[in-house]
Amino acid sequence: MATESIKYVTPDSDTKIETKAFPRPGQHTKGIVNWLTTIDHKKIGIMYGVAALFFLIIGGIEALLIRSQLWDHNMDVLTNRQYNQMFTMHGTTMVFLVIMPLSAAFFNFIMPLQIGARDVAFPRMNTLSLWCFIAGGITLNLSWFFTGGSPAIGWFGYAPLTDTRFAEVLGDMGPDFWIFSLQILGLASLLASFNFITTIINMRAPGMTMMRLPVFTWMTLIVSFLIILAFPAITIALVELMFDRTYGTNFYDFLEGGKPHLWQHLFWIFGHPEVYILILPAMGIVSEIIPVFSRKPLFGYGLIIFSGAIIGFMGFAVWSHHMFTTGMGIVATSAFSILTMLIAIPTGIKIFNWIGTMWGGRIRFETPMLFALGFITMFMVGGFTGIMHSSVPIDAQHQDSYFVVAHFHYVLIGGALFGLFAGFYFWLPKLSGKMLNEKLGKFVFTLMFIGFNLTFFPMHYLGMIGQPRRTHSYNEGHGFETWNQIATIGAFILGVGIAIGVYQFVTAAFNKKLKPAGKNPWDARTLEWTLSSPVKEYNFARTPIIKSRDQAWENNYGPKENHSDKEPLDDHGVHMPDRSWYPLVTALGIFGLVLGMLFHQSVDLNTGEIIRDYTYAIAGGVVAIIGIIMWSIEGPAGYHLFPKESEE
Amino acid sequence: MSEASAHALDHHEPVTSTGIHNKKVLMWAFLGSDCMFFGTLISTHLIYRKISATVGGNFLDIRDVFDIELTSFSTFILLASSLFMALAVSAIHKGNLTSTRWMLFGTIIFGAIFLACQVYEFTHFVHAPGNELTLSSYRGEPHVFGSTFYVLTGTHGTHVAIGVFWLLGWLAYSFTGKMSTADAMDVECCGLYWHFVDIVWIIIFPVIYLMEYAF
Repeated sequence: MATESIKYVTPDSDTKIETKAFPRPGQHTKGIVNWLTTIDHKKIGIMYGVAALFFLIIGGIEALLIRSQLWDHNMDVLTNRQYNQMFTMHGTTMVFLVIMPLSAAFFNFIMPLQIGARDVAFPRMNTLSLWCFIAGGITLNLSWFFTGGSPAIGWFGYAPLTDTRFAEVLGDMGPDFWIFSLQILGLASLLASFNFITTIINMRAPGMTMMRLPVFTWMTLIVSFLIILAFPAITIALVELMFDRTYGTNFYDFLEGGKPHLWQHLFWIFGHPEVYILILPAMGIVSEIIPVFSRKPLFGYGLIIFSGAIIGFMGFAVWSHHMFTTGMGIVATSAFSILTMLIAIPTGIKIFNWIGTMWGGRIRFETPMLFALGFITMFMVGGFTGIMHSSVPIDAQHQDSYFVVAHFHYVLIGGALFGLFAGFYFWLPKLSGKMLNEKLGKFVFTLMFIGFNLTFFPMHYLGMIGQPRRTHSYNEGHGFETWNQIATIGAFILGVGIAIGVYQFVTAAFNKKLKPAGKNPWDARTLEWTLSSPVKEYNFARTPIIKSRDQAWENNYGPKENHSDKEPLDDHGVHMPDRSWYPLVTALGIFGLVLGMLFHQSVDLNTGEIIRDYTYAIAGGVVAIIGIIMWSIEGPAGYHLFPKESEE
Repeated sequence: MSEASAHALDHHEPVTSTGIHNKKVLMWAFLGSDCMFFGTLISTHLIYRKISATVGGNFLDIRDVFDIELTSFSTFILLASSLFMALAVSAIHKGNLTSTRWMLFGTIIFGAIFLACQVYEFTHFVHAPGNELTLSSYRGEPHVFGSTFYVLTGTHGTHVAIGVFWLLGWLAYSFTGKMSTADAMDVECCGLYWHFVDIVWIIIFPVIYLMEYAF
């Protein structure tokens, strides 16, 4: 296992870089440069995860401020406008800067290991995706410091709230920051998804047929397809909105012929697949964890994957159930109502398959399994209220009430976040090489489970008795106080639980007291558990030849003919690509372009005319283009490693 | 040149599970995504065409401002450019560098003519005497047609412009002496993009332009 036994050689003449002016940082790059220029999917996954956990804390603080404001009737913790900003930023942050990138962190880290690949198909594009995501997160949060502060338009940004003429603050820049940050975040998601699709379709190890892929990898594939087909709708909607706000077009301007209703359609035709983009990765994680901790193969593997695909497909046909009260007419409303009810079927199939997996298994209640079980139960509550909403008359009652808030938090915290936390407790030993503290993990689960239910279960009731959502305060005499106070107490318990969990994850790599994990601490089933923890730079010393589903399990317990084989090591060893500066340069250029666009307008104080200055935007664009050109001509370069057979 | 080659040994074609080159899979996935971009824009235009059929109380007859002869000409030019592109891809596969260079040059020229027509058309529409079609109005009255029309055709024009710059990159590269059949896959991906942009115009032209004359 010792590193000195790896023989390093200099790149041979064939792999020399073509442009010598800016050499790629090589094999022995250390420190900050190593992290800035890395193209290793594992490091990118770690950076995605750390950044997303940071934003989880930010979004959590915003949530706690909202809950503090609602502690009692007519509170003044936040002003009206601040309250609107808080729920806008909380929603946008949690959806785009927390759940999606946390899923992307797992996609990056785990998926290539599960299919037996040494990296994703386009490693530098993967790095660009990471830096675009971080640039988007920064852009969104920069809005706090400029005219009007953060956007106060809701995460859905409904027209005409975004119309410049209705801005509460003259020259409000909040919605502009929101528009541009979502555009870069969309770019980041698209780049990552193209990459994952290509990787899963094209870079599977020999013998890893599609129907041997681990379920998590399947969900990665389905989510990637959802992203590349759903994000264009929001991108165009945002382009149209940007034109409305900046160049005076009339797309959503009802005073000049536009229809605000169109925004709702375009937003939700993206927004509903987005819901499945958020939940399917967690379903994939849970489908990996439950078989491991029940010591049984996944029940109905094919059905689980097929239901995932059906959910993804039908996810595009139900968007208007977010708009039942807008008056679309009976035919459209009924059609979307029926389709929404239908989508419960594949979801139910998955849940029965997880139960079937546990049935008769030898269940171990360790932290990942606890979170997975928490996922199933809490997601079911959210699912049931979802089915309630598919009924149009009931939806009309629940619309814009706290019942809806309860519903989607059960899906997104009880569902997505619990699933992702399960993934952290499950895979962090693989990432850091050390077992997490099991007692602390169970404590975190208990806090989160109790805090979460205390927060959101009362909201069902609050919604039914009429408390409206997105409303700054409520008057005395409605009987809202008690349940709101319980919810606020619950929110702080949940917040403490999450904070301890995040602390546990972030310190996992540095904590010396933790026990080493070894290759396969959970006696798990999929290919990544055949590798050492932490995983070596090259992942697989020799490419595995896959013989069955659940390869790690088969290697340990299966018949001889099911054991995986290995391709012989080539004379050239393992070729490792060099690092690259250009993804970072390109992302910085895009960031500059966006900032230039945000600040290109100013008003001539004498004439009152708008002056446009595109200098900085163009400068940013030029940097991005130079980055792309240098990227394409810098050549592959790289070095070769000769790991021994035992070293992987 | 290629990211993918980093995975296999550099001097071999990368071995993929499907046998299709990674870049080609990427390009097809991107084109699938791009369909949704244009789908959203075209639906926006069609929705508004139906519900905002009047301007200032009168029926909107956009034929007063459209110049269908010019647009038909530029459509023909763009379609013809696809032939050059296909021939360029074929030539690089055969390793015929001279032919590749000329065909790339032809594609670029035709793409540029199309763009020039579009610039002329936009300028002409905005300043059409009595029939000014701007981003926010038609004949001085607030209207949505200009918004949807310019943003849709402008997005398509941006795609063509990106394609032209990409092809210019290849043309410049062909003079470095390094271009060979090893680059065929990359040129082919560029070709896929170019053909896709063409196909989008084949939809835009009847739906946005010709339909105004039919209904």
